[in-house]
Amino acid sequence: VVVKTPAIEDIGAERRENEDICSVSVLYFQKNGVSNGSPYKKPFIEHFERTPMYVAVLTFLGFGVGTIFGYLRDFMRAWGLEKRNVAAEREQQKDFVPLYQDFENFYTRNLYMRIRDNWNRPICSVPGPQFDLMERVTDDYNWTFRLTGRTIKNVINMGSYNYLGFAETDANALKTVTKELQKYGTGICSTRQEMGTLDKHIELEKLVARFLGVEDAMVFGMGFATNSMNIPALVGKGCLILSDELNHASLVLGARLSGATIRIFKHNNMQSLESLLKDAIIYGQPRSRRAWRKIIILVEGIYSMEGSIVRLPEIVSLKKKYKAYLYLDEAHSIGAVGATGRGVVEYFGMNPDDVDVLMGTFTKSFGAAGGYIAGKKDLVDFLRTHSHSAVYATSMCPPVAEQIIRAMKCLMGLDGTTQGLQRVHQLGKNTRYFRRRLHEMGFIIYGNDDSPVVPLLLFMPGKIGAFARRMLEKNIGVVVVGFPATPITESRARFCVSAAHTREMLDTVLKALDELGDFLQLKYSRYSKSAHPELYEETRFELED
Amino acid sequence: LLVRNCHFCVFPRWCFKLLSGNIFFSLCCLWFSASTDQELSRGDSDESSLWFPSSAKLGRWKGNSRALEYNWGIPGIVYAQKFGVQFYSVLNVNRSHQKLLILGNFSTELNTEHTNAPAYHLILEGILILWIIRLLFSKTYKLQERSDLTPKEKEELIEEWQPEPLVPPVSKDHPALNYNIVSGPPTHKITVNDKECINFASFNFLGLLDNEKVKNAAQASLKKYGVGTCGPRGFYGTFDVHLELEERLAKFMRTEEAIIYSYGFATIASAIPAYSKRGDIVFVDEAACFAIQKGLQASRSNIKLFKHNDMVDLERLLKEQESEDQKNPRKARVTRRFIVVEGLYMNTGDVCPLPELIKLKYKYKVRIFLEESLSFGVLGEHGRGITEHFGINRLSGQGYCFSASLPPLLAAAAIEALNIMEDNPDIFQTLQGKCKRIHRALQGISGLKLVGESFSPALHLQLEESCGSRENDVKLLKRVVDYVSVPIVFKIHCCLLI
Repeated sequence: VVVKTPAIEDIGAERRENEDICSVSVLYFQKNGVSNGSPYKKPFIEHFERTPMYVAVLTFLGFGVGTIFGYLRDFMRAWGLEKRNVAAEREQQKDFVPLYQDFENFYTRNLYMRIRDNWNRPICSVPGPQFDLMERVTDDYNWTFRLTGRTIKNVINMGSYNYLGFAETDANALKTVTKELQKYGTGICSTRQEMGTLDKHIELEKLVARFLGVEDAMVFGMGFATNSMNIPALVGKGCLILSDELNHASLVLGARLSGATIRIFKHNNMQSLESLLKDAIIYGQPRSRRAWRKIIILVEGIYSMEGSIVRLPEIVSLKKKYKAYLYLDEAHSIGAVGATGRGVVEYFGMNPDDVDVLMGTFTKSFGAAGGYIAGKKDLVDFLRTHSHSAVYATSMCPPVAEQIIRAMKCLMGLDGTTQGLQRVHQLGKNTRYFRRRLHEMGFIIYGNDDSPVVPLLLFMPGKIGAFARRMLEKNIGVVVVGFPATPITESRARFCVSAAHTREMLDTVLKALDELGDFLQLKYSRYSKSAHPELYEETRFELED
Repeated sequence: LLVRNCHFCVFPRWCFKLLSGNIFFSLCCLWFSASTDQELSRGDSDESSLWFPSSAKLGRWKGNSRALEYNWGIPGIVYAQKFGVQFYSVLNVNRSHQKLLILGNFSTELNTEHTNAPAYHLILEGILILWIIRLLFSKTYKLQERSDLTPKEKEELIEEWQPEPLVPPVSKDHPALNYNIVSGPPTHKITVNDKECINFASFNFLGLLDNEKVKNAAQASLKKYGVGTCGPRGFYGTFDVHLELEERLAKFMRTEEAIIYSYGFATIASAIPAYSKRGDIVFVDEAACFAIQKGLQASRSNIKLFKHNDMVDLERLLKEQESEDQKNPRKARVTRRFIVVEGLYMNTGDVCPLPELIKLKYKYKVRIFLEESLSFGVLGEHGRGITEHFGINRLSGQGYCFSASLPPLLAAAAIEALNIMEDNPDIFQTLQGKCKRIHRALQGISGLKLVGESFSPALHLQLEESCGSRENDVKLLKRVVDYVSVPIVFKIHCCLLI
């Protein structure tokens, strides 16, 4: 277990020593030891258990076998011994340069294709805690799919980012959305700077700013574009972007489009970030040696593939020390963490003013679409005038805006109920329960104890397919992820816990996981703690005697 | 010199010490040999002597293989061989063998029966060896040490650095800050800042925005699916309505397959980098819209601009490329080539000469990306866009989806809109009629000129003469707008900006 302790200088050395001496299980349950001198107000526990060596070897072996067979089959295809299912070029275009180079596609064709049935599964109901899947079959080993017309009813949904359960069809809840839809229709047909600023948008922006406790906010029609279109407005040539190595593709794209220099720091690693900051300021720009115009740190609140929470207090202190700016992407964390669902800033009990750019999406917790950027009035005013999105992209459609407004009002208690707060608490409870049980069973799971994104490590490529298919047989829909979205040895299944999941549903899933874990031998953790459940909360017993 | 400069190199420092020591050593040996040795005159024509001159003689005592082992065991000598095979060939065998043994720290039985060197040789060589040993163990002189900053200096630098503000201040009267706020739906009538106007600003070409059927379809979908999809297409974000819409679109456009993205702007901006990668070549019309420009930037391909709708210029570029390709056919075989054009240009309001483009496409083996945001559902008898307008069939095949998914209610609305388009093809006629009428009507306004095709629903009015600066132009146009008090002006504004 790699327990990441707060790396603050004065307590750092002592703690590092402890880490070496103490048995891992003590650290593993460590809950009291981190507050002393640390910027954290409560324990910050993250698990990243190292891959056992034999598992890594077997995983590479698995990929090796897959690759060898891939070459064999490519060879057979080339000689006409196996049917070619790859999209062929039309007769007139035969001598064009191929659209996909053969090698680029090797992985897709020979490895991904074998387990392709586990992605893009079509659903035909609301993506709530349970959904209906459309049954599909393949007649040519996953090259094409055929819908049978049957549906698989009531599959437990562990894949959608429906953290607070706002993806719902309850007529009463959607009353206002229906009304707006009837009033405005579905489209806007214009951009923000032209004729696309509706009164609805202004209302939403004011609400978002109030919810986050900042001066102003601006909303955009698509979450992905919020990042990729706005980062270029904020930084440019002569600026430096320090980006976490596991940042989402939209942040990476935005950073690339901006033309600024990009440097990557190790995931959530403050030493790595600090040394980059230090070097950047001391040595300036490469070649010209001029000082950087500005330095911006790009991080996410919850990392969607690791389930880890950003070490915000340390980043904020670093940012203040080195006068850098902080861009925080709360796509997964807004609504999902914090006592009232206000994201990681609230989770750490910090001031929203400490973060320069607060970005988030409405796709996840709010069950809608789009994204926002919030912060100081200057910042938002600048974006209103200079954001590519404001000038060129169509604005958010009114029923979607209304859905966000209703969900946010519910969270803030403006609808006169405590329902929103209950959802946040329920999510926290479900998350901790689900994570604790998985730990007990002996799975390797990554991330923070409070993060509703729960990655369960499968490691081997063969197990990706087996796991997802078996789970579906048990009527549970899961998301599995492999290379290139994860490192090659760390294929995983990802569960997204929702407030809408009942204890029964979670128990069903856990039971299925327990059985499947034995069947597929997925319980790799060396620190499982199933023997004496009454001792779970004990932290010091090994040190006392 | 080598020792001093070795920080440029990846080899460890001691390698260079050894190397430089040996070179120096060898040079000295050469000098000795040249001045004193009788063997110089003897010459050594043995074939193996070139590679390892003394091996043949060493072999006399210990056998070839053993001698070679000694030599290969000492990297410095190997280097020295490369630099100066010649002077080895003139070395006194015994002496060089001695040195080998000393250098390599071998304690073997040294056959000294042939040793007949004068004493001063041995003394000088002894000094040399000592010098090499000193060189090996001496503390190396580091260049970096001089330039290394002290922690205090570093702190000062950090203290001194002042970044620019995150965003420059924006003046409060920037036009974009004083948004026109639209209340109510932006249909053919629009309420801008509480004032009711006729809407000439939205892209609501077919008037489907407030169509009851579309609204009802969206309504039904909302009831069934809720609002959001809570996931990208890969992770349970694919709904049956998405599949239906894709199928219907493919059928409508008469292509093999179609892909939907969740955001119009993102479609072309992510479709281009999906196909065109670093090193590929893209020929783009100068007037291409912003989304295309972003897509090209993201693709990091080699971009070549041709003059707006100028096929001669495009052909010139293609020819240039062709001759370039002949120079390097190997590279040309793996370089994909694309032409990126818009069906109906947002920036100019005219259409691309598709038939000519198709000819060029087959002549020069280039693929075409056609962006039809404006022409889809507008041009052609059935609204199939520019291809139908020119009577051209299906363009190209497959695509793949990378984006988060569209809210199902919007997909349902789009399906219903397609239904309407298929059921009432005469709405396109109506639109075309209206376009032509307003195109005629807007002609001949003094001071303003109308650009674009007569069948284009996006009309661009430009100032015939600029008043000098862009700012003044904008101001003037703004005044025109305020006078007309129809939101149409915003388009004019845009046109000038571009």
